[in-house]
Amino acid sequence: MSYRIPGRGRIDRAQPIRFTFDGHDVEGFRGDTVASALLAQGNHLMGRSFKYHRPRGPVAAGSEEPNALIGTRRGKGQFEPNTRATMQELRKGLETTSQNKYPSLKFDVGAVNDAAYMLFSAGFYYKTFMWPRNFWHKVYEPFIRAAAGLGVSPTEEDPDVYASRNMHCDVLIVGAGPSGLAAARQAAGKGLKVVLVDEHSEAGGTLLSEPQAKIDGVAAWDWLSSTLAELEAAGVKVMTRTTAIGYYHENFIGMVERLTDHLDEVPQDTPRERMWRVRAKQVVLAQGALEKPLVFHGNDRPGVMLAGSAQTFLNRFGVLVGKRPVVLTSHDSAWYAAFDLAGAGAQVQAIVDTRAEVRADLLDQAKALNIPVKLSHTATATSGRLRVSSLRVNKVSGSTVSAGSEIKCDAVLMSGGWTPSLHLFSHTKGKLAWDDDLTTFLPSDTPEDCVIAGAGRGLWGIEAALADGAAQAQAALDALGQAGDAASYAVDEDRPGTGVMHKELPTDKQPGRAKAFVDYQNDVTAKDLRLAVKEGMRSIEHVKRYTTNGMATDQGKMSNINGLNIAADALGKKQPQVGLTTFRPPYTPTTFGAFAGYHRGSHFEVTRKTQIDAWAEENGAVYEPVGQWRRARYFPKSGEDMDAAVKRECAATRSSVGIFDASTLGKIEVVGPDAAEFVNRMYTNPFLKLAPGKCRYGLLCGDDGFIRDDGVIGRISDDRFHVTTTTGGAARVLNMMEDYLQTEWPDLDVWLTSVTEQWSTIALNGPNAAKLLQPLVPDLVLTEENFPHMSCAEVDVAGIPARLWRVSFTGEIGFEVNVPAPLGRQLWETLWEAGQQYDICAYGTETMHVLRAEKGYIIVGQDTDGTVTPFDAGMGWAVGKKKADFVGMRGMARPDLVAKGRRQLVGLLTEDGSKLEEGAQIVLDPNQPIPMKMVGFVTSSYDQGTVGQPIALALVEGGQDRMGETVYIPMPDRTIAAKIVSTIFVDPENNRLKIGAAA
Amino acid sequence: MLLIHCPHCEETLPEAEFAYAGQAHIVRPADPMSQTDEQWEEFLFIRENAKGAHYERWRHLHGCGRFFNAVRDTVSDRFLTTYPSGTPRPDLSTLTEGKA
Repeated sequence: MSYRIPGRGRIDRAQPIRFTFDGHDVEGFRGDTVASALLAQGNHLMGRSFKYHRPRGPVAAGSEEPNALIGTRRGKGQFEPNTRATMQELRKGLETTSQNKYPSLKFDVGAVNDAAYMLFSAGFYYKTFMWPRNFWHKVYEPFIRAAAGLGVSPTEEDPDVYASRNMHCDVLIVGAGPSGLAAARQAAGKGLKVVLVDEHSEAGGTLLSEPQAKIDGVAAWDWLSSTLAELEAAGVKVMTRTTAIGYYHENFIGMVERLTDHLDEVPQDTPRERMWRVRAKQVVLAQGALEKPLVFHGNDRPGVMLAGSAQTFLNRFGVLVGKRPVVLTSHDSAWYAAFDLAGAGAQVQAIVDTRAEVRADLLDQAKALNIPVKLSHTATATSGRLRVSSLRVNKVSGSTVSAGSEIKCDAVLMSGGWTPSLHLFSHTKGKLAWDDDLTTFLPSDTPEDCVIAGAGRGLWGIEAALADGAAQAQAALDALGQAGDAASYAVDEDRPGTGVMHKELPTDKQPGRAKAFVDYQNDVTAKDLRLAVKEGMRSIEHVKRYTTNGMATDQGKMSNINGLNIAADALGKKQPQVGLTTFRPPYTPTTFGAFAGYHRGSHFEVTRKTQIDAWAEENGAVYEPVGQWRRARYFPKSGEDMDAAVKRECAATRSSVGIFDASTLGKIEVVGPDAAEFVNRMYTNPFLKLAPGKCRYGLLCGDDGFIRDDGVIGRISDDRFHVTTTTGGAARVLNMMEDYLQTEWPDLDVWLTSVTEQWSTIALNGPNAAKLLQPLVPDLVLTEENFPHMSCAEVDVAGIPARLWRVSFTGEIGFEVNVPAPLGRQLWETLWEAGQQYDICAYGTETMHVLRAEKGYIIVGQDTDGTVTPFDAGMGWAVGKKKADFVGMRGMARPDLVAKGRRQLVGLLTEDGSKLEEGAQIVLDPNQPIPMKMVGFVTSSYDQGTVGQPIALALVEGGQDRMGETVYIPMPDRTIAAKIVSTIFVDPENNRLKIGAAA
Repeated sequence: MLLIHCPHCEETLPEAEFAYAGQAHIVRPADPMSQTDEQWEEFLFIRENAKGAHYERWRHLHGCGRFFNAVRDTVSDRFLTTYPSGTPRPDLSTLTEGKA
């Protein structure tokens, strides 16, 4: 049976389109939505509700639809849950599925929840899932997992492309209904960049549902097309299928444009959606108003829908939502819906109005159309299993509700009045003012350069909307210095109206048993709201969270004012005293793809690679991320796991020579007459007397006295220092240096330059390092006497101008060769070639970590955690005792930082030779009762090194006074005993650092 | 996204170019070692939690790199003014709320 009315609607009947719903073929037309096409088949049942699995059909015709949520699919990975059937346009081959049903939409076993309605009250989750404890794993968790959530998450990677763009404009108008169109006309042709956006597939808003209106003598749809042509000619950018999702600081608006979901075929490389980041000088919000449901028992049965939406389905899509509808209303607007449907051939069973008095012209027209009218009536029930079949109505006199009578029907068209759409206005921190006459909130002040027009501020009727759109736009234009007069409009066949607002409708039955839904999407009833108040929730924000009213994608579009009216009544307060919950962006559900835009896959974050990275890749390196860098972690030979590779790399470096890419080290060039003074003030160590050609290890602290960073600093010349930082700390250290230089010591004549990426840095370590290097450095004799440990020189290495450092992060003879970055790989390969006679070994960060730990060299951020002083780390030697000041000097003298019992860095050797776990907690007495007193934790732990047994570093209370003591590390399966030892496990005399006579 | 006026570049630019740098007009004492524990605690840790005008520092990190001071209304989140580091606090009474 078809419910399509010939000659009505804006669909293209020449273009039939087939799609599937739950596997069944359905035919509609170009211009249909999934909802209108299904309604045209007489199918209202489109889903099951979230909690009770009650059968549901569409309540609305737009993006506020709470029930008719479907899954849509185009191809592999192109699945989207919770698409509103009222917004998804038909396209060829569209696959759709209903949600929250098992095993089928018409027979659902989850509907037992509905029978158990009295159990599933407000705060159900808080009350029920408390005990017994083991029920959590076996019963509650699986039950919640299976039942929770709207729809089903996609499981495949989304192959679609999402774009993002910026836009700047003079006037942005949100909503292309009468007021938005009038605003755009007002702003057009003045040389301004004007943008008009609407979330629907075409502009027009209310005009699409009210073709009877005549604007300045022109039929509404003709006026609409000529106006759009006029706007286009005037250069106004009109964007449809574009939702303004959020309004942020300083007139910054996020908009999502849907580009392909309505297309039969997606053109190559076309993004599915585009996120627009708009900065507008002035914004006109013309988003209109949303119709409210009436709250009564059974108001969610399929076939019960908003009267204005029924009117939209008829006039825009040519679909009669019922042949025998009954209208239930408290507002004049629904009377016109009745008249429109009657005019299309529907047998309107009755107009039931809660009000005692209604405008005479409405009564006259109902009489002329032979529609029975029942004033002062309430609705108390509906019946029908998967579709409404009758409405029970009762006469109300005063507080008395008389016995009910049933009206047979196939649809109930309800209207509880209209709520101004204030979502975006509220995002601006705009203030709302309660209007007693309209029983709703209206927009008041906003800090943004923004006006709000039309039904969005409580005005009703097309003429009022047009006039206000023009006037408000002119106000925005005035602010842009474009004075002028607002255009005026005359509208015939306009449908102004008023109404009254209700909490839940009065009933003759037990209100506590009524399933009178306030929030359809979250299955929240009037009873739930009253119970929440009864159980102590006073703020509307608490009521919301306890009941879930207005949560999820609804964000109060349908439920807010009804929920507030009921909560206010239960509290015995006026609505503004109870307040309104916060509207949060996005206005409608937005795909993750639109937010991510181009930032996905390898574009999610940059990967920084050194010049030597490609060599590492060619030689089988396994990488690890360090900050944004990817660094070679180890170089496995065939069959080796990480432990085996690292063990081999450690041994090779200690026995002959290892080569390591240290290019990621942060490098800052400090230059100027006051460079030495500046470095001396920043670092704990003394630097004033460091001679050019020498380097020194530097510790950087904050003014609180805690270690922030470290690195070796070389003095290249009197006025030039080459400062190195940790790989991850480079930007932070430069920022900190700039801060002190710019704001505390602006008198110092110093320049700071990041040179991290200007240098490739290659470290050679091992007893044969000098032997390998010497032939390549003809201009410098690499002996202990001529170029001792902690020397630096500007010298050619393998013919490349280099900064050569004699430093060691392994405890072996060590060099770091800095060459201009692009020559890094050339030098690496030269050294690799020259090293073959010494069985040179390339090692990665893991071996570097092990070798440095064996010497007790700390890694800032691993062995320190922001609460460790140089003294805690056993590095008091690095603090210049004779300095007058440096950053952190006063901080280190704070009482707590010099107190006894601070956690200090020590070495640990386990008694059973096992490897400790990094992060494991340490106790002194393993037999003490739980909770035990934890005195520290393991910071570094390795078993691939050259000590002969696993080693660890740890922070332990008073650790440096506990040398030789045994501490305990309780683990889930056993307790490990470990001896506190020095942090230096290898060569405490530093003999291995010296170049021998044979060099 | 806020718009911030860099007093050095003399341009109003998106927040993403800038980095917040804490409360302004906290001067590091010339001779820290002469400070009492209480004074040093004050310098290190004690900060305003203003409702309304707040003097704070920003750095034009992805621009000129300079630190500068600003007065921002923490209620409206609007900048009342920005000015170079090292210059005195502007007189609040002369600032009318508006764009920086």
